[in-house]
Amino acid sequence: MYEAKENNGNVIEAVDLVKRFGNFVANDRLTFSVQRGEIFGFLGANGAGKTTAIRILCGLSKPTSGQIRVAGYDVYTRTEKIKQRIGYMSQRFSLYEDLTVWENFRFFGGIYRMKSALIRERADQMLGRLGILELSDAVIASLPPGIRQKLAFSVAILHKPEIVFLDEPTGGVDPVTRRQFWEMIYEAAATGITVFVTTHYMDEAEYCNRVSIMVDGKIEALDTPEQLKKTYNAGSMNDVFLKLARRNEEQMKE
Amino acid sequence: MRTIFYIMQKEFIQVFRNRMMLPVIFLMPLVQLLILSYAVTFEIKNIRLYITDNDNSVASRALLEHFRSSDFYHISGESADALHGLEELKEGEIHQQLVILPGFEKQVVSGSPARVQVLTDAINGSAAALMNAYTLSVIESYNREVLSHMQGFPPKMVQVSWRYWFNPALDYKTYMIPGILVLLVTLIGMFLAGMNVVREKEIGTIEQINVTPIRKVQFIAGKLLPFWIIALAELAFGLALSVLLFNIPIVGNIFLIFLVASVYLVVVMGLGLFISTITNTQQQSMFLSWFFLVIFILMSGLFTPVESMPHWALQLNTLNPIAYFIRIMRMIMLKGSGFQDIVKPMLYLSAYGITILSLAVWRYRKTS
Repeated sequence: MYEAKENNGNVIEAVDLVKRFGNFVANDRLTFSVQRGEIFGFLGANGAGKTTAIRILCGLSKPTSGQIRVAGYDVYTRTEKIKQRIGYMSQRFSLYEDLTVWENFRFFGGIYRMKSALIRERADQMLGRLGILELSDAVIASLPPGIRQKLAFSVAILHKPEIVFLDEPTGGVDPVTRRQFWEMIYEAAATGITVFVTTHYMDEAEYCNRVSIMVDGKIEALDTPEQLKKTYNAGSMNDVFLKLARRNEEQMKE
Repeated sequence: MRTIFYIMQKEFIQVFRNRMMLPVIFLMPLVQLLILSYAVTFEIKNIRLYITDNDNSVASRALLEHFRSSDFYHISGESADALHGLEELKEGEIHQQLVILPGFEKQVVSGSPARVQVLTDAINGSAAALMNAYTLSVIESYNREVLSHMQGFPPKMVQVSWRYWFNPALDYKTYMIPGILVLLVTLIGMFLAGMNVVREKEIGTIEQINVTPIRKVQFIAGKLLPFWIIALAELAFGLALSVLLFNIPIVGNIFLIFLVASVYLVVVMGLGLFISTITNTQQQSMFLSWFFLVIFILMSGLFTPVESMPHWALQLNTLNPIAYFIRIMRMIMLKGSGFQDIVKPMLYLSAYGITILSLAVWRYRKTS
């Protein structure tokens, strides 16, 4: 009964996901699915309910109602199974600043029960690709934000999760680093990791295979960026988003 | 098991990388022992005594000679005007005033009860009680002398001879140091361990931990064990200082002390952890910890005897882990009590530890 079920290659399936905090509805009947290996953009303005939803999918928060499966497991009962299969990079910077780069890798690899040799191998591999192998023994606090962000992502996928959740990974980062960060995301996706990423940079939405746009706790649109631009007759994802937001405002007035 | 190891490894690195931590851990016992053993003392020395002798007789001078020859008294003023002494008492210049009324010698010689008046500054109650006791004993020794003179032979009266067991010299240090060691262990257990968990909440790294498949029990064990080890090392350091620097005897079995300490630490760390689960910032956690700590310390019997507390306070004290540990520590260190003597409080501490730790583990949530 508890065996993982995967329907049509979907790694995340949410039907009528609702999260209420008292009277406030943060997530209003969200229904969406994410396919294995895709880069799924979860868009919305600040306060639209993105982080609430991502925390539910990661097992950090309990949904009020709805059927949700992540990596084939039910989020109500099998969160621990889910946690073995996902990686998470939170909005807040989540590495230990008083530890070195290597000590962070070793710690997080260790609690995912990876063998020491494997942690070393992957860490070297990742640092090598970032071209910062020599920073292995540098304390995190001494590194610039861009490098920290890349390291946080590397640590989140160190154990090769099926899905990695990125909650506004490029917040407060310069355009060049954002570009490099998205290259890392593509590389990860190429190895078969499903990427679930929230952002409010609409240009980043263009990089996603599919995007959903949340306004005030509801999913207002969900499709490929090309299709969305066609549907809303917009030149860019930014225009799509503005049109949706305006439409919503007018509905509120009526 | 390996998971716990990885967490402990990380905690140790973080503790020892913190430049503040190491000096504090080793200076704290030294400073606390020094201050509490030498500066804060119950012993009364140099009682400043004001004398008003309105009799001016051989008998009254003989009585005063007893005070003058005592090490405890320093005669800081003398006049025939009792009011003048009273003024000095009011101003806090003197501790005690002794007034000998006219006719003192006559009364002594005639065998009728002779009276002297002793005025004591009792702002500090326990000090006043001690000063009175000293003064009474000086007057009593004078009494015996008078009696033996009058009757020509030593009086046959009941004489009480005192012997103070376990601390024969009534040495304050001997009494205080076991208690100070308890406080040291408590501070590390309750503060460092509890604060450490809240800190992860505050900087947000706890999210990253909560999203891993780590189990609650593993996380908590990995968090608490390093501080358990550090606290026991601190206790060893403190005990070594007490013996080498302060010449405090350890009559009982030193391993028994560590056995009790290891159980006791579970209690205080459980408390610290519990506080950390109901607070979100280090500030809140610190405040709440202090709240309990101050009450526990005040009621622990460290400064004032537990026995003289009112009934309700005694009842409340059954919840005070510090009171148990201080009592046990004094029993082992000063009396040489063995395991049989401390079985009951030990059982209680164990039950307390299991309860509070389970409560804390239950309260700790990986989800919100």
